[in-house]
Amino acid sequence: MIEVKELTKSYGTTVAVDNVTFDAHAGEVLGFLGPNGAGKTTTMRILTCYLSADAGTATVAGYDVFEESVEVRKNIGYLPESAPLYTDMGVIEYLNFMTQVRNIPKNQRKERIRTVIDTCGLDDVIQKDIGELSKGYRQRVGLAQSLIHDPPILILDEPTSGLDPSQIIEIRNLIKNIGQEKLVLFSTHILPEVSATCSRILIINNGKIVANGTPEELSSQAKGEEIVHITIRGTQETVEAQLNALEFVSQWNHIGTDNGIVSYQINAVQGSEAAEALFHVVVENGWSLTELRQESVDLEDVFLNLTDKEQA
Amino acid sequence: MTNIAALLKKEFKSYFSSPIAYIFITFFLGISGWLFFRSFFLVNQAEMRGFFGLMPWIFLFFIPAVTMKLWAEEKKLGTVEILMTLPIQDYEVVIGKFLASFGLLVVTVLLSLVLPFSVMYLGNPDGGTLISGYIGLLLMGGAYLAIGLFASTLTENQIVAFILGITACFVLLIIGEDIVLFNAPNWLFPIFSYLGLGAHYSSILRGVLDSRDIIYYLSLIGFFLYLSTLSVESRKWR
Repeated sequence: MIEVKELTKSYGTTVAVDNVTFDAHAGEVLGFLGPNGAGKTTTMRILTCYLSADAGTATVAGYDVFEESVEVRKNIGYLPESAPLYTDMGVIEYLNFMTQVRNIPKNQRKERIRTVIDTCGLDDVIQKDIGELSKGYRQRVGLAQSLIHDPPILILDEPTSGLDPSQIIEIRNLIKNIGQEKLVLFSTHILPEVSATCSRILIINNGKIVANGTPEELSSQAKGEEIVHITIRGTQETVEAQLNALEFVSQWNHIGTDNGIVSYQINAVQGSEAAEALFHVVVENGWSLTELRQESVDLEDVFLNLTDKEQA
Repeated sequence: MTNIAALLKKEFKSYFSSPIAYIFITFFLGISGWLFFRSFFLVNQAEMRGFFGLMPWIFLFFIPAVTMKLWAEEKKLGTVEILMTLPIQDYEVVIGKFLASFGLLVVTVLLSLVLPFSVMYLGNPDGGTLISGYIGLLLMGGAYLAIGLFASTLTENQIVAFILGITACFVLLIIGEDIVLFNAPNWLFPIFSYLGLGAHYSSILRGVLDSRDIIYYLSLIGFFLYLSTLSVESRKWR
């Protein structure tokens, strides 16, 4: 539904988006991850036809963003960063205005407004002016605005910034739900957010896409090795002799001995399922196991790895 | 068309949900009424030429204040990003905003009808010049609005938009005034006197609704609305 090819955009001498290529389809929640100033917002602005690219093409829902921009905009719901809204309008008044400019037929307007109020949890504030609302509620009104015409594609720029933890969870669940049938593209620089919500992650840094894949793919890419922590009741010499004999162990570190309990950090070859194999070794030798833990390489490492490398 | 109507309604309402409209109407009526009656009884003639004659100068300060927020505020708040990603053509937004500000002008001018009615009560003015005067007022006001609107597209700072608007209107006004015309080189004289904002207005004031004057104002409005559209679109130029 979104196809981006070799998109480039620069402001003066700064290249904000540099030869970016990716695509996305319905039923996906695509997380746009990157440090501040990486080019996330610029890419979104190009996709929503707010800005145009210097080079490259982008088609959204089959329409070219530059040539058929009105058609593109009909198919998109967009929430810009920090939810800019008309503060002098009432919540209902604003949503009603949106139904008009979105050309929603008169007889469906009420129903659409009701639906987005329910999905975004706006019931408590429908009487208020937008200017009186807290940051969290404004964000929700912004989201409601982007959903009002039931668009097949939703583009959200940092939808959870400024929200409290329970609101963040609500918005994430909302995004997940919407993403079951539609395409949601959202940006964030908060890492747990993507692993919690996205079906696919694009990591962007200095305007370039540095990684593209599911959260699991990205973690395993960065891993290379499996790391297992093990703590056993046994004698140090026999345990170490055993460890040296194991083929899949590439390296081990003795962490400590305490009352006849020894602990090790073991680096094993990827795909060896080291934790399970080690368990069998322990059982065969009749040791008793007090701790066996596989260290997960999380997205944070992937992210830091990829973004640091680029900067260096 | 429905888009323009929706935008017009929204912008027009927003004038009245903020103090701008009330301040504008009050000050405009207050100042023009005061300036009018100050000389009205001295001259002792049932006519409104004095009132109409002041308008190019009063508009100079009032109209850019009406238009300054139209784009600058949207840019400052960032709401322009939602607005311009709606399935609306840029020119529709420009026209909607222009018509909303024109609506405010019409309301104000309608309220100022108190003046001609009191003149009619006190004497017997020439109805023809009154009507053509009001038509001229709206045409000239429209031109000021279009210029102010264009100034507002250039910046995200309302004060800057206001000053740019005043400056642009002032330049267009003054080149048609005698002070400049008599000092201008001969070859510039016809150009300046044609382009001057006030000259066509004065000829309308004389009670002659000449199509050239109407065309002048309409094309000036069209030109600045076109420039505004270009300016709004310029973010997408490559």
